Amino acid sequence: MAENADKLISVFIDGIEVKVLPGTNMIEAARKAGVQIPHYCYHRHLSVAGNCRMCLVEMGTPAFDRVTKAPVMGPDGKQVIQWMPKPVIACATNATPGLHIRTTTKLVKDCREGVEEFLLVNHPLDCPICDQAGECHLQEYAHQYGRGYSRYVEEKNVKPKRKMIGPRVILDNERCILCGRCVRFCKEIAKDEVLGFTERGSHSSIDCFPGKTLSNNYSVNVVDICPVGALTSVDFRFKMRTWFLKETPSISTESSVGVNTTIWSREGTIYRITPRRNEAVNDSWMSDTARDLYKAVAAENRTSAYAIEGRPVKSDEALKALAALLKASKGVALIASAFSSVEEQWLLKKLAQAIPAAKKLVYVAPHYAEGDGLLISADRTPNLRGALVTGLIKGLAQTDMSSLKAAVDAGEVDTVLSVNESVTSAGLGIEDLKKIKYVSLGTHFYQTSQYAAIEIPLLTVFEREGSFVNQQWRLQKFAKAVPGPAGVLADADFFAALLAAMGSPATRGGGLAAVWAALSAEVAPLKDQSYAKIPAEGVVIDGSAFANEKFREGKTLHYAPANA
Amino acid sequence: MATKILERKPLTLAERTYLPQIAAGLWVTFRKMFGRRVTLEYPEQKPPIPRGYRGVPTLVKDPNGREKCVSCQLCEFVCPPKAIRITPGEIPADSATAHVEKAPKDFELNMLRCIYCGLCEEACPERAIVLQNVYSLNAATREEVVLHKDKLYELGGTLPDKIMKWDKKKAAADKAAGGHH
Ligand code: SF4
Ligand code: SF4
Ligand code: SF4
Ligand code: FES
Repeated sequence: MAENADKLISVFIDGIEVKVLPGTNMIEAARKAGVQIPHYCYHRHLSVAGNCRMCLVEMGTPAFDRVTKAPVMGPDGKQVIQWMPKPVIACATNATPGLHIRTTTKLVKDCREGVEEFLLVNHPLDCPICDQAGECHLQEYAHQYGRGYSRYVEEKNVKPKRKMIGPRVILDNERCILCGRCVRFCKEIAKDEVLGFTERGSHSSIDCFPGKTLSNNYSVNVVDICPVGALTSVDFRFKMRTWFLKETPSISTESSVGVNTTIWSREGTIYRITPRRNEAVNDSWMSDTARDLYKAVAAENRTSAYAIEGRPVKSDEALKALAALLKASKGVALIASAFSSVEEQWLLKKLAQAIPAAKKLVYVAPHYAEGDGLLISADRTPNLRGALVTGLIKGLAQTDMSSLKAAVDAGEVDTVLSVNESVTSAGLGIEDLKKIKYVSLGTHFYQTSQYAAIEIPLLTVFEREGSFVNQQWRLQKFAKAVPGPAGVLADADFFAALLAAMGSPATRGGGLAAVWAALSAEVAPLKDQSYAKIPAEGVVIDGSAFANEKFREGKTLHYAPANA
Repeated sequence: MATKILERKPLTLAERTYLPQIAAGLWVTFRKMFGRRVTLEYPEQKPPIPRGYRGVPTLVKDPNGREKCVSCQLCEFVCPPKAIRITPGEIPADSATAHVEKAPKDFELNMLRCIYCGLCEEACPERAIVLQNVYSLNAATREEVVLHKDKLYELGGTLPDKIMKWDKKKAAADKAAGGHH
């Protein structure tokens, strides 16, 4: 925020000076000073409700003389700080010049302990069967500010448990601390007012409005933001305790929004996908449909073996056969994919160049559907812009595959390579496939895969690493969360090996580092980039060369089409 | 390292005949033949198991026959040699113990790995896994000593439970459902 540097003001957290913009929330200001203020209801991407009272702190402002408005100086030569007699909530306190807060005093400690004790009064204490255990704020703060035993001898409230409030979300009302985050999410982000409070006092509960269910495509976000285990996910319910899970940063392939995600896996099995915060792309949210994508890894139609004419072979045999086929072909059509990473697309471009055939057609199959205006765009591929940047295709005209059928009919093309695409979408029927040599590279079987001369299994986004360029021309990387099927090469490794077998060693050595070394030297917008260098929040590259292309995306969160 | 070479004393004549040693050994044998017996005719006779003995970890049920384990996986987490592997599961909503919500689909205890440390018992918030007095596990194959849920309950039996917290929970819920809140 360099442009705002002159507007910064000083606030003091436990005497530590931090410079923040005026109006900054004091929880965020404290975070900047390395001081954690416990909180439940505050969420940086929702409005401030101030109802949990966990964030109470002492606040003071510099004193000014009432009449002369001159600063009142103390004997030590510093301006006197007037401390408020009562604590205030940090989440609803905004930074003003010279604001002081104290978070370590006895008063603040007593406040936190008192709030925590009240929150636990009616809590069912069923952590052993609660999916939130291990990532529960109530547990964490109970550990820090809890009493360790209960003074409550009265009967606890009983509320409905195991209540389906939507197809993907279960509510346990006894665990709810009434922070209202879920209510605010539905209203402010999902724009689908479903949840509200009913009853009063300690009987107050969260519930759906009569006749409504929490069924919008962003419903599982309430599970993520619920600070306790009141809202849990049906899909993840009782699957695995969170402390066993390894977190891997990834990018959702659902659409060109490029939602940042975290993959949670244990010993090679993925258990869930959650959003990873990126304030320039998806804030803290993701769609429910994108959370299900991990199921593709173990899908029934998953490919795991190389095959020539249906006969299983080792990878190097398939590689040799494919190289020989490509060298001998008269005309080759490559149906590349916008699901491939930047690295893979660049390697495919090199492959297309290395094919000696007279007629060469290169397409990238389009996948368009209606966007939802939030985190799913109209382009349902993660990396169409990568295909442009790497030069795999010259323009979006090459997403029109209508010329392929004619070329096949005319006998100009005798080999068709498709990467993660079904050829039926390119207008080829089974009769056409029988006329030509069809090479199917893919993570899954398609109806047409059985007609393939050579089948090459590929890896899903969870099993390989690479980068995508999203609709904002933001280059973002994903890491490998789980190993792929035994013996299957990563897409980029296979393409690089194929290139070498074709006699065009475009990359030397192995891995993405080698690909990037050659790629960044050749592709201007990716100059000086490398897989290792891409920061966690991604980096915007220069896409101005394609300003005239007609991209289909409409407005989504943090994105508005340039030509709108 | 400095090495010190010890001089070995030459054997005396009596020692070289070995006779005094044999006689002394026979005397010990002879004496024990008529003394108090200190060994057991195992396996016909079994030793008494002291309180707090740490035998094979077993799963137990409460006096109503409810499986106590709720598959919280804390024992799996704490187990130093990673002998425990749990597949958590959900109790169906129409079950009599539906209010407990969670129970293991499978509970695998690899006794080839277990070191009988007792940490699982200590970690368990439900007092569902208890190291009891089973100390002898024999098998012809490795698979047989990877114990599963059914075997663990068979070994475990019932634990007299004085707390019955889940029953109390259910009683409170029934009461609330009956009266006005
Ligand atoms: S269900 Fe969770 S997010 Fe919603 S009010 Fe209760 S504690 Fe807060
Ligand atoms: S006794 Fe120790 S080693 Fe054996 S299962 Fe329990 S925790 Fe693991
Ligand atoms: S035996 Fe105890 S610690 Fe282990 S999963 Fe069951 S309830 Fe949890
Ligand atoms: S976080 Fe400030 S009142 Fe809840």
